[in-house]
Amino acid sequence: MNYTININNKECSAEQGETILDVLKRNGIKVPTLCHLKESMPTGACRMCIVEDMKSGKLITSCSFPAAPGMEIKTHSQRVVEARKTIIELLLSNHPDDCLYCVRDKNCELQNLSEEHHVRERRIRGKKNKEKLDLSSASIVRDPEKCILCGRCVTICEEVMGVSCIDFINRGNKAFIGTSFNQGLNTSSCINCGQCIMVCPTGALTEKNHFAEIQSAINDQNKTVVVQYAPSISVSMSEEIGLEPGMDNNGILNAALRKVGFDFIFDSSFAADLTIMEESAELIRRITNEETLPMITSCCPGWVKYAEEFYSDLIPNLSTCKSPQQMMGAVVKTYFAEKQGINPEDIYMVAIMPCTAKKFEAQREEMVHKGISDVDAVLTTRELTKFLKLYGVDMFNIDPEVTDSPLGFRSSAGKMFGASGGVMEAAIRTAHFKLTGKELVNFTIPQVRGFEKRKETQIKISDLELGVAVVNGMANAKVLLDEIRAGRKDIQFIEIMACPGGCIGGGGQHIGTDDKQLAQRMKTLYDIDKKETLKVSHKNPEIIELYQNFLGEPLGHKSHELLHTHYQKRDVMI
Amino acid sequence: MGNIKNILEKYQEPSRDNLIPILQDIQENEGYLSKESVVQVGSYLNLPSSKIYGVATFYNQFRFLPKGKFHIQICRGTACHVLGSATVLQELEKQLKVKAGETTRDGLFSVEVVACIGACGLAPVITVNGEFFAKITPDSLQAIIEDYKNKEQ
Ligand code: SF4
Ligand code: SF4
Ligand code: FES
Repeated sequence: MNYTININNKECSAEQGETILDVLKRNGIKVPTLCHLKESMPTGACRMCIVEDMKSGKLITSCSFPAAPGMEIKTHSQRVVEARKTIIELLLSNHPDDCLYCVRDKNCELQNLSEEHHVRERRIRGKKNKEKLDLSSASIVRDPEKCILCGRCVTICEEVMGVSCIDFINRGNKAFIGTSFNQGLNTSSCINCGQCIMVCPTGALTEKNHFAEIQSAINDQNKTVVVQYAPSISVSMSEEIGLEPGMDNNGILNAALRKVGFDFIFDSSFAADLTIMEESAELIRRITNEETLPMITSCCPGWVKYAEEFYSDLIPNLSTCKSPQQMMGAVVKTYFAEKQGINPEDIYMVAIMPCTAKKFEAQREEMVHKGISDVDAVLTTRELTKFLKLYGVDMFNIDPEVTDSPLGFRSSAGKMFGASGGVMEAAIRTAHFKLTGKELVNFTIPQVRGFEKRKETQIKISDLELGVAVVNGMANAKVLLDEIRAGRKDIQFIEIMACPGGCIGGGGQHIGTDDKQLAQRMKTLYDIDKKETLKVSHKNPEIIELYQNFLGEPLGHKSHELLHTHYQKRDVMI
Repeated sequence: MGNIKNILEKYQEPSRDNLIPILQDIQENEGYLSKESVVQVGSYLNLPSSKIYGVATFYNQFRFLPKGKFHIQICRGTACHVLGSATVLQELEKQLKVKAGETTRDGLFSVEVVACIGACGLAPVITVNGEFFAKITPDSLQAIIEDYKNKEQ
């Protein structure tokens, strides 16, 4: 049923089941929101979105109030505007006044709202929040002082990630957000995905920062500082830097990193190709030897930790392959070090990732080989931008350069890792070739592309019928995993990415990324694949060389030692 | 732990609606809600323990540490409030170096804030293991605590 409601003296069409906010948005009327999260049940926690209902004379929250026929709404009456301003002043009354020192300075919703509402003096003085930082996690830092209790982090952690390691604790003016028994995040079931950072309106949530260590490595004459960047970085950094969204900034990124002073620059997509060589071989081995199936990808460290906590019975299903980040580190500190005549201990490996969980992964004890860790420090996309600024790199005035070699060359299959479905498609391309000696027709598997929560399809490789599934968003994976647990047998290969859309939507990306930009990133990755001629990992000449000169065979002895690992059940408060 | 299992078994339908009664039941039997018991309730009701902790801390009635040997209840009802129970609580927390709801490290004292205990004539009032102490001042409070400490030695 369609009807109209009167908004600001104009009749606007509304549909059954819509909230007032839905109607406002569709009609291009902007009201501020703080606690609202699209696709979640409204909580009405912040009251920023109030509008005046002229019939009842009440101020109502537009995000949670259903539109009804005959309503008369004013969105910017004097009363509404003043009330909103008071709400902001109240939020600020106990908020630390350290915008100058805050990571979210100039990208903070509270700051923006305060500016938009002309809050220019301190009318209401409250006692400032005084709480300790939670620095326990390898990835996430929580600063309760800056929390405005909007609850978005709680919602995303529960509904999108299916983790629920945080909630409101206590009540009234004693309420705060914390883990079970208010312990450090590191002892909770937090998977370090960083999606809570992505939705936090303030600086209450940030990634753990390693600038100082990286800087001192760069300044250390005895260190060779090597950097790798994940497949999605070059297509997702634009928004942070102010370049046109959706561009592939590969070349200027190489140049910029060289300007900063990194000695060698690699694209982790090379290691993604390497992962594909190992993972497709593992898939074929598992099928041929009738080992545990379905095999599930293990590139996503958020998902790996989730498996260790919630689905430890499925750990045998996890591919033993390390993620590209770790494989890159492992070959740089062995093969590359040998070739260059550098002592592996003098190599400092930095990884630029779209992901906060990669920080956790880098410091896992499984990722240390002969006392040397594969990767020493991880920067998120956001931190990368800050780093480039620190070193005065002008991204608008820079000529593209190429990566270093060997280990610098990549196929477009490796590049696709950045999008949900990319690992699957890349792996199938190589598995197809290995099983049949022929390339996959057209190379593409459109059924596993796109943003749907779950993509399933059957792939025929000669007489093998392969059932595959691709899921993104941890909560969506949970549904599929329960089906597997319950005995579903028609799927042999699963790709799981914890973040919505895959790494392009990772928790280390630009805060404030919208759906359009996200879609653009995915499109750019697939455009690269369309345009380029080297579409399969197994034809990457530097991969072939790496196997010939160093690794031998996929799943061989060296690979086993450097590129594979095992995971274990993890005891945390669930 | 077997205890918790017995309690849970009383609630045949593992539904979220039973959460509060289950927690009350556990507290009554165990004296407090331990991490282990919360995790167990969580797996029984299929609820994350953070949610249970969130719900339990919403109410004043739940404690998360075992009671001390001497359990002090301090009344924060209206009459006691008017006669300065806020200062008494502050003083108590200062002297014992714990917050309301907590237990001292040596396990001797625990503090619980209660709403009116119906002894308004004695305000501000505290009880120690059920024994009443009237018209508390910072000094008398210190004497009471010392007294119990000595009893222990
Ligand atoms: S990092 Fe992910 S799992 Fe951890 S609290 Fe944030 S949303 Fe939840
Ligand atoms: S930490 Fe951020 S997202 Fe979470 S409740 Fe506080 S302000 Fe909101
Ligand atoms: S956005 Fe509507 S109450 Fe917060």
